[in-house]
Amino acid sequence: MGNKKINRNTTLKAIQMNVIKKHSSMGIGLLGLALLLVALIISFDHKVIWLSSSFLLMTTGGLFYFQTVYGQRLPGIKNDGVWFSSLSARGISGWLLGMGLTAFYVAIYWFPEVLGFNTQGQSSGLVALFDPLSYLLNGQAATQWFLYGTLYTFAILLFGVKFIWKYWGNRYQLFRTLSVLFFQLCFAFLIPEILAKLNPSTPYFAKDLKNMWPLNYYFLDEWHLTNMITGGNLGLFFLLFGLGLLFIGSPILTYFYGKRWYCSWVCGCGGLAETAGDAFRQLSSKKVSVWKLERWMIHAVLVFISITTIAALWSFLTQNPELSLLSREQFIGGVVIFLLLVMAVLFFWKKDGLEKDAKYTLISLGSIIVLSLCVQGFSGQNNILFLNSYSFQKWYGFGVGAAFSGVLGVGFYPFLGSRVWCRFGCPMAAILGLQQRLFSKFRITTNGGQCISCGNCSAYCEMGIDVRAYAQRGENIVRSSCVGCGICSAVCPRGVLKLENDNLENRINTTTYPLGNAMKVRA
Amino acid sequence: MRTEVNNKAIVIIGNGISGITTARHLRKNSSHSITIISEESPYFFSRTALMYVYMGHLQFEHTQPYEPHFWEHNNIDLVQKRVNQLDAQNQTLVFEDGTRLSYDTLVLATGSMPNRLGWAGQNLEAVQGLYHKKDLEDLEKWTNSINTAVVVGGGLIGIELAEMLHSRGKKVHFLVRESSFWNTVLPPEESKLINQHIRAHGIDLRLSTELESIEGGPSGRVCGVVSSQKETLTCEWVGLAVGVSPNIHFLKDSGLALGKGIQVNRYLETNLPNIYAVGDCAEQLEPSAGRQSIEAVWYTGRMMGETLAQTLTGNKTAYQPGPWFNSAKFFDIEYQTYGLVSPTPDPEKEAQLYWQHPKKNCALRLSFDPHTLDFMGALSLGIRLRHESFDSWLQKKSSMNHVVQELGESFFDPEFTPSYLAEIQKEWEIKRSTAILH
Repeated sequence: MGNKKINRNTTLKAIQMNVIKKHSSMGIGLLGLALLLVALIISFDHKVIWLSSSFLLMTTGGLFYFQTVYGQRLPGIKNDGVWFSSLSARGISGWLLGMGLTAFYVAIYWFPEVLGFNTQGQSSGLVALFDPLSYLLNGQAATQWFLYGTLYTFAILLFGVKFIWKYWGNRYQLFRTLSVLFFQLCFAFLIPEILAKLNPSTPYFAKDLKNMWPLNYYFLDEWHLTNMITGGNLGLFFLLFGLGLLFIGSPILTYFYGKRWYCSWVCGCGGLAETAGDAFRQLSSKKVSVWKLERWMIHAVLVFISITTIAALWSFLTQNPELSLLSREQFIGGVVIFLLLVMAVLFFWKKDGLEKDAKYTLISLGSIIVLSLCVQGFSGQNNILFLNSYSFQKWYGFGVGAAFSGVLGVGFYPFLGSRVWCRFGCPMAAILGLQQRLFSKFRITTNGGQCISCGNCSAYCEMGIDVRAYAQRGENIVRSSCVGCGICSAVCPRGVLKLENDNLENRINTTTYPLGNAMKVRA
Repeated sequence: MRTEVNNKAIVIIGNGISGITTARHLRKNSSHSITIISEESPYFFSRTALMYVYMGHLQFEHTQPYEPHFWEHNNIDLVQKRVNQLDAQNQTLVFEDGTRLSYDTLVLATGSMPNRLGWAGQNLEAVQGLYHKKDLEDLEKWTNSINTAVVVGGGLIGIELAEMLHSRGKKVHFLVRESSFWNTVLPPEESKLINQHIRAHGIDLRLSTELESIEGGPSGRVCGVVSSQKETLTCEWVGLAVGVSPNIHFLKDSGLALGKGIQVNRYLETNLPNIYAVGDCAEQLEPSAGRQSIEAVWYTGRMMGETLAQTLTGNKTAYQPGPWFNSAKFFDIEYQTYGLVSPTPDPEKEAQLYWQHPKKNCALRLSFDPHTLDFMGALSLGIRLRHESFDSWLQKKSSMNHVVQELGESFFDPEFTPSYLAEIQKEWEIKRSTAILH
């Protein structure tokens, strides 16, 4: 008994120690964050010292905290208390964080002067605090976008470590997260900045190789095209790589691996959602009605950006005939032929894979666009679809690029879950999703009759897929929205789900009876 | 949906997996009127998921596989009432509130009740089992602010309770009658591995220990237990998980033939006309070879529901489960089994190949006929196996050689998980040479 008592006391002591460690490490991390907030009001003199202490404090606090929470436990699923936590279950902390993030995004997009950014001259405040790092990387003073990119990358790195710790023992999660960290740090952050520094005289164009159209919605806008074409070999390389990835690389990769190769292994939006957003994945709605809404919204955005881009290219070709290989009439002809081809392929080869509402939408929308384009081609107007291309771009940039993907997409993590943008808005996800649904070897295989309908898979699906609805029928999951994060498989207590790339045959297996019952059923 | 001329009023008592599966397949194949009665909850929920609600992984709503509008949309009536009596003569049910409901066909899917073995103090406050939705509510009420808990019973519910309480920071004493955890099902090596894992989580696992009595305080609430070693453990809550029995008390005077459960033939028919029983509450009079008469498992409940729905929609079908399979999770270690793997095999009838990872919590055991080398079953810890592969090997009576050779295709762990195929195959090469010599 005496021994037992000591044991009990030591366990209690260990628990108390952990509580102390948790609170103190969180305090350290928040202190680092507070330094950034102070910089909003006060312009520090010794920027290098303040900036590095802030990041050092946030890193140290964060790592200690994650080590205390996840590092000392046996490998396994660590979702204890997720729905009791104020942060992850829409409690007060969640609301405060959501409002804070939203405010930050509003400031970044529309009120950068609040952060100290000055379009006329030298910036001050928080933006200026990042000057030393900005000079180091790209040779220019910091802008609000540099500040944003740095914090974004930092969040992915720090919470990426947390994610790896949390899912330790699951190699799919480990490799996937390392990949996301690599692409964010190198492709999205370091390489573009360094390229900008090395080519100071070339006009600006986006230098994140993996950021394809239409996720990068201005890729084919006139100014961006002009800058790439006049941007020397580097510009031309980015133009060709972007087009090659969109039309050749991406369909091939999606055919073999599903859209996960992009959405949960490479993409920066996905990267933030998977790492910093992991605590909120369970907040996505699984209602059938929301699924319906999702399908309308994401395809509407895809149509919106397609029209915007066609209009942009039209006006580019109108204004810069000397820069291009095509005439605007040839371009319109090409778009019409491309659309007709896509529709023909979908209808003749894949008509069984499409829902009724998807077919109607496709037919009506496709015909409207093709018809208007034809009318356009003959009328010879300068405004495509009779609308001004600039106003299209402006409204897409404001409504989708900023408000949807930024404010709603990240600011609302603590309210609506981590993949709001990817699920309801991202036109890239829509294109890849269509390919995944119809032309891919990827599926989530259900393990026969082993499902017990517990609901963990559905609850932790950030895309709001009701995974259980398939699993309990023994049916494979082939859904256009699935980003292949693999968390459904990780949290399943019975080993029911496996992400696989396999034969196209029996990929969609509509079963009535899960495996296990040997009865003879009438046909 | 097919419309039939003679629509019947089918009433199902119990909205667990058996009753709900029956109803869903009835609806798929007929336009009979379907009414499901349950006192426990308005909507179907996954009983196996109650633990995740307590642990904060899920909210209760997540355990409901169908949204509320599903039932209305499929024209299935839900009644939340308690049935007190079955008047089989008049084909009528009598509810607790005195109202009645008549039926053309009655399906009993009433599930189980946790056992209480007559211990002193078993009805004290903060002494409970875990089965019913209300048990979850009680658990929340009784354990919210306690420090120490005692769990009695080394089965699947016992270890779940231990994990649940532990996840909320409670000190858990875990009393297990057997000399090693669940060794009536798990062979010694696997059982030992689980013992170690339970202890690694900081649970006070006490093997070969039974509950003697439960002690109450002045308020009528439990304050401790006395173990069979005459040791007193102070605690503020006791979980009893010593098995379940069919929930059939209200049927005692109904004229139904009752044994341990509601006795049914191969067609799930009871002795009374138009009354059937499925799931935990059904006792098979002629179970298939090698199977128990009562199998209180999620999967068998589901299969009985599928089968009965066939019979009730004009395709009389005998209950005929395929090869046995089951799964569970012991804290962080997943368990799967297919076919027959005995904890203590008769060497004349069953030989076994066992492989265990030197460090990780991974183990695989394959059993086979020592004379013909026919494959008989698999049991795995920490390795996910593909149901389809094993079902087909068992049905086809594949040879052990074939199974070991093709084993790689049955691995179901996430991509990039290290495969121990080569080690297991090597183990088989050694075993096979001695097996054949024998």
